[in-house]
Amino acid sequence: MSEYKAPKSEKEFEENFSQIKPLMSNSEAYYESSRCLFCYDAPCVNACPTGIDIPLFIRQINTNNALGAAKTIYDSNTFGYACGKVCPTEVLCEGACVYNHQDVKPIEIGRLQSYATGKAIEKNHKIYTTGKPNGKKVAIIGAGPAGISCACDLRMYGCEVDIYEAKENPSGLTVYGVAPYKITNKEALDEMVYLEKQFGYKVHYKKPILTKSDLENLEKNYDAIFIGIGLGSTSALNIKGEELENCFGATEFVEKLRMNHHKVSVPKKVIVLGGGNTAMDAASESARMGSEKVILAYRRSKESMGAYEFEYVLAKGVGVKGVFNVSPLEILGKGKVEGVKFIRTQELNGKLENIAGSEFTESCDWVIKATGQSKQVELLSMIKGMELDKNGRIVVDSKSFSTKNPKYFAAGDAVSGGQEVVNAVADGRRAAKGIMDSIMK
Amino acid sequence: MANLKTNLAGIKSPNPFWLASAPPTNSGYQIMKAFDAGWGGAVWKTLGVPVVNVSSRYGAVNHRDNRMVGFNNIELITDRPLADNLREIEEVKKRFPDHAVIASLMVETKEEWHQIVKDVENAGSDGIELNFGCPHGMCERGMGSAVGQEPKVLKTIVSWVKEVAKVPVIVKLTPNISDITRPGLAAVEGGGDAISLINTIQSIVGVDIDKFVPYPIVDGKSTNGGYCGPAVKPIALNMLKNCAQHPGINIPISGIGGVENWRDAVEFILLGATSVQVCTAVMHYGFGIIRELVSGLEQYMDDKGFKTLDDFRGKALPNIMHWEDLNLKYKVVANINKDKCIGCQLCYTACEDGAHQAIGLSSDMTDRKPFIIEENCVGCNLCSLVCPVEDCISMDRKDDGKEQLTWKDRTLAGNIPTTFDDPLAGGLHHWVPQPEEALTKVKPTHYSL
Repeated sequence: MSEYKAPKSEKEFEENFSQIKPLMSNSEAYYESSRCLFCYDAPCVNACPTGIDIPLFIRQINTNNALGAAKTIYDSNTFGYACGKVCPTEVLCEGACVYNHQDVKPIEIGRLQSYATGKAIEKNHKIYTTGKPNGKKVAIIGAGPAGISCACDLRMYGCEVDIYEAKENPSGLTVYGVAPYKITNKEALDEMVYLEKQFGYKVHYKKPILTKSDLENLEKNYDAIFIGIGLGSTSALNIKGEELENCFGATEFVEKLRMNHHKVSVPKKVIVLGGGNTAMDAASESARMGSEKVILAYRRSKESMGAYEFEYVLAKGVGVKGVFNVSPLEILGKGKVEGVKFIRTQELNGKLENIAGSEFTESCDWVIKATGQSKQVELLSMIKGMELDKNGRIVVDSKSFSTKNPKYFAAGDAVSGGQEVVNAVADGRRAAKGIMDSIMK
Repeated sequence: MANLKTNLAGIKSPNPFWLASAPPTNSGYQIMKAFDAGWGGAVWKTLGVPVVNVSSRYGAVNHRDNRMVGFNNIELITDRPLADNLREIEEVKKRFPDHAVIASLMVETKEEWHQIVKDVENAGSDGIELNFGCPHGMCERGMGSAVGQEPKVLKTIVSWVKEVAKVPVIVKLTPNISDITRPGLAAVEGGGDAISLINTIQSIVGVDIDKFVPYPIVDGKSTNGGYCGPAVKPIALNMLKNCAQHPGINIPISGIGGVENWRDAVEFILLGATSVQVCTAVMHYGFGIIRELVSGLEQYMDDKGFKTLDDFRGKALPNIMHWEDLNLKYKVVANINKDKCIGCQLCYTACEDGAHQAIGLSSDMTDRKPFIIEENCVGCNLCSLVCPVEDCISMDRKDDGKEQLTWKDRTLAGNIPTTFDDPLAGGLHHWVPQPEEALTKVKPTHYSL
């Protein structure tokens, strides 16, 4: 029996996926915020991709001004609540906290951030008044962190904004991709409702932009178009057996889990291929769903692993076994996955090499591929003048976020290749300024 | 949207947050920086004949991990030549015409007062503050608090200044006095346009128990200093209230003493202050604290619907009475929320040892949650102060609120205790345990010496 029993109800699902950053009570927030030193030129601010004035919002919480704290946060980060919960704070703000140099526990900045923004969302507290209509219309493709953040800023400038979202819910990976123990669906969507009410952009759900004529329609009816489409489906491994049943991408697995919770059934043995944060998430989630044996197989060494250390520790904590320097040669099985044939690897003179004769087989019921997501090249290739780099990422101007087609702007994972929610928010807002500079000329 | 514009006796500033006359206002550089950061005004470090200062100058009161909750200094007035200061005042005013620059002054003779007033006015000062409060170093020479403690002398000096001053004159009062309204009145009678209080309190912040000398230590010796910081706010608030409520003191007041965050500022304004001056918090955290002060004050005003500071200045004053006018019929008793209680039992020991033995513990040692013995509870609310859990102990009203009876009423009706064993004694029917019971009471074994 694994440590976690497969959840049979919503309640059991919530227990298996109990939040690693639970909401603070008023007392917790008061005492924790008292600890903040209010540094000068605080390192936490510099470590935050959105540059939130962290000492200020913490002191505002401490002086009983949580709504003021919420404004300080939202001024810089549109997804203030979500980021407080899902940001890898250990390597960002909390990792930069000066207390780390004193062997004192760093301030729980993420939890304080969600505490304050949570108060504003709970009270539906109106902070911002959108700008007077300036006669301009902008279309945004994708209601993820980049798109929504761009939309909010454009609304402050007075633009009319239409967002075209392929799925049924906004917030992109926040609700569809992030591990369930980091943020619940309700939390992610409550913030979206709060933003939509306050900023008044229009989201058209289940309205993907797929064809050349879809794009031409947008070009005709809007002054600018922002692309916030993120990444595509999981990349192919290009090995034999990949098309077998029960071999699928981590992104797809997590989305299914986020949308169906305890209704998803995870088998006894799972092998996750990959060494990034997504692989960690997929492995961790499989274990929490009751899988007895979850193996994380990475082709390089542990030191070369791309995932944050704390994510790996989290995975290990729920019983995931990390196996390193193993490369998948073939996925075995008749019709369905039965196992994976691996070969051991080693690094020689900076190159990863297979060790001849070291093949071995590991049986399993599922193979989850977490080796990267493809870019949505098909759609992008339909846009005149759009330039992609050799990795398929959209090439944009670093200040204005304009693509090589002056009508199109882009930010988020489609540009970065895959970063955090906070990075998409930061760049989405910068792109709004770039759009305004361009269309108001 | 809240309007923070302030006008104190004709001195205008974009918000009520001023820097107090202290090390942060020693130079034009600092004041320029502060104005750039968003402060509304600054009172220049006291100008006069420059002094020579000692090295080490400051001490602090730290309460457990709470650093600098009290602060004291043995620094004196400016040690920079007047000409440098005047030149810098001019520069600052040129660059920040709408921010208030007030020159704090301390000199001796009438001629010196007249001269320096003209000098600072020529340099562009918006106002003058008379330092009658320095509690160390200057008072020994007949200046500073030596003046603040002598109302007649104070009035005379104020009138000297008013003979020549064209800008408003603020009189800064020392708290090292029994009745602050006396120098306050003297300031009014002398023609002062406003008062500011409090200056620092005479103090010794601590003693080095290994070197046998108080802090700050100057070559193995020390002296008393002036105390300020969050610890002195209660003293300042009381003195502010006394002046603001006094019918004879009808001039604006600038509040000083431990202002660190927006709530402190609101408290001062509710007790009658027109502007607030800050020193210790800036010395602790830098000018950057202004962003919390302004945003907090604005948020409060928006929440309450106050458009200007006038809308709530002095709003708490009508609720402050003499003790004899408080309603003796008002009764509250404590209530412990068992769900929130964490079982620290601090309320128990506070009440048992320090108040009225109105809290009990269960005989079941595994149940650590105390309970209130209502018949014994006098509603002193000590337990609610020591309890570390928010909203765990509440004080519930027990009278129906229909009756009002004050000590004054009872005195007039001849209904107060007058003899030592008077049956009207308030605690006559209040049960107190027999002395012997203290020795038989079960206490934790580790509590014996």
